[in-house]
Amino acid sequence: MNKKTPLYKLHIQHGAKMVEFAGYQMPIQYKNGIIQEHKFTRENAGIFDVSHMGQLFINGSGHLTDDLEKIFPVNFKNLKTNQSKYSFLMNEQGGIYDDLIITKLKNSYLIILNAACKKQDLEIIKKKLNGKYVLNLDESLSLIAIQGPKAKDVLGKVVSDITNLKFMNGGEFEYDNSNIYITRSGYTGEDGFEISLDNKKAEKFVDQLINHGAKLIGLGARDTLRLEAGLCLYGNDLDEKTSPIEANLKWAIPKSRVGSDYPGSDIIKKQIDNGVKTLRVGIKPETRVIARGNTKIFDQNDKEIGKVTSGTFGPSVECSIAMGYVENNYSPTNTKIFLEVRGKKVPANVCDLPFYKKNYVKGEKNV
Amino acid sequence: MSEVKFSKEHEWITLEGEVATIGITKHATEMLGDIVFAELPEKGTNVEKDGTAGVVESTKAASDVYTPISGEVVDINQIIVDDPAKINEDPEGAAWFFKLKIKDASELDSLMNKEEYEKFAKETSS
Repeated sequence: MNKKTPLYKLHIQHGAKMVEFAGYQMPIQYKNGIIQEHKFTRENAGIFDVSHMGQLFINGSGHLTDDLEKIFPVNFKNLKTNQSKYSFLMNEQGGIYDDLIITKLKNSYLIILNAACKKQDLEIIKKKLNGKYVLNLDESLSLIAIQGPKAKDVLGKVVSDITNLKFMNGGEFEYDNSNIYITRSGYTGEDGFEISLDNKKAEKFVDQLINHGAKLIGLGARDTLRLEAGLCLYGNDLDEKTSPIEANLKWAIPKSRVGSDYPGSDIIKKQIDNGVKTLRVGIKPETRVIARGNTKIFDQNDKEIGKVTSGTFGPSVECSIAMGYVENNYSPTNTKIFLEVRGKKVPANVCDLPFYKKNYVKGEKNV
Repeated sequence: MSEVKFSKEHEWITLEGEVATIGITKHATEMLGDIVFAELPEKGTNVEKDGTAGVVESTKAASDVYTPISGEVVDINQIIVDDPAKINEDPEGAAWFFKLKIKDASELDSLMNKEEYEKFAKETSS
């Protein structure tokens, strides 16, 4: 039996088509369909129920920061309270168990985990921390994202003082006589926020966002939005056999952590120093043909050089878009490649990511 | 023009003389969601009843289009290739897929009428 999020009833009321996703019943789309939901998010403000994702709190003082440095390639010593970082939980080969966001709270850390990975992540992290700290994968909290150019206006009508938040920073705010935690972040390439609040308040909160003009957006549009923004989906674009360097996410490994001790750190350093055999790239087919995950990639001489990991039609860029891994010498922008779709070789070009230019806000004021 | 007939693969077909017009049903488009790509057979090719004769892709997935009758492709609707969103707008009208010069009109006998198809669609989608 699949789990339901606290917003299940609201999804149904709004005409959601529900699907199973990572053990949860989640909305793939609502009545207007994926393209309209996608465009609404780019122009207005879309609400995403991401309550299926894990919210892991690690409490502890003393050596917690040192111990976390042995797990994640984050420069924890420079991390300020309420600052967030995108990072990875890796195996000894540098493969990715999960990609995640770590936020430093006053006396703890909050890690947002992918729904499908969260239980395994918890076990791995728990084992590495040797039972020294209190770990809580908090199921009493919902996670709501609001994304789009009007996200700050809509959210600002429901919660005071959020406009000063900077991108990849969070803070405690008051809502309905309780404290909630909000970060300025997201997965769409738009300005936006993620709000962690009590399950019991989630429906009322989302109802208020809707009353102020935002609309519920399903997983279908979440996928087209993130792909246009060049962002990876764990399980498609990232997995246990792929390192952050191969995934072209070197920017997420701080220089000070190259070669320092965490799982896979030796391999990461080697890959940074010597290069990698395959690299994640953006791909633009020359026709409208869509190259889905696992589509084989060839060069002009019919040599197989890689495979697509995500592909769809980009509603804002109005063309077919994809990401995939190719042998390193085919990774430069504008390299001509061929995608095998239904037995035919479709010409395509390696291109820069993101497909859609991002619109993140660094914060209205210097605070 | 003949009565509209329907296949279990959610195609509709009408017959005028010996030329059949084929498209996908409104019910099919509702199941697929926003269609963003359409591939049609080439003019002059022969297609066999229940064989694939095209592809439609939504933002979510690709689906084959089957022909409910055998024949030679005599026309294709280029409009839906250039602007696949038209399929969602008017699937059972302007967004027809292809026309066939048919071989054997009796192949239509096994297809459903509108009432039967609506019942079938309702049963299979729940």
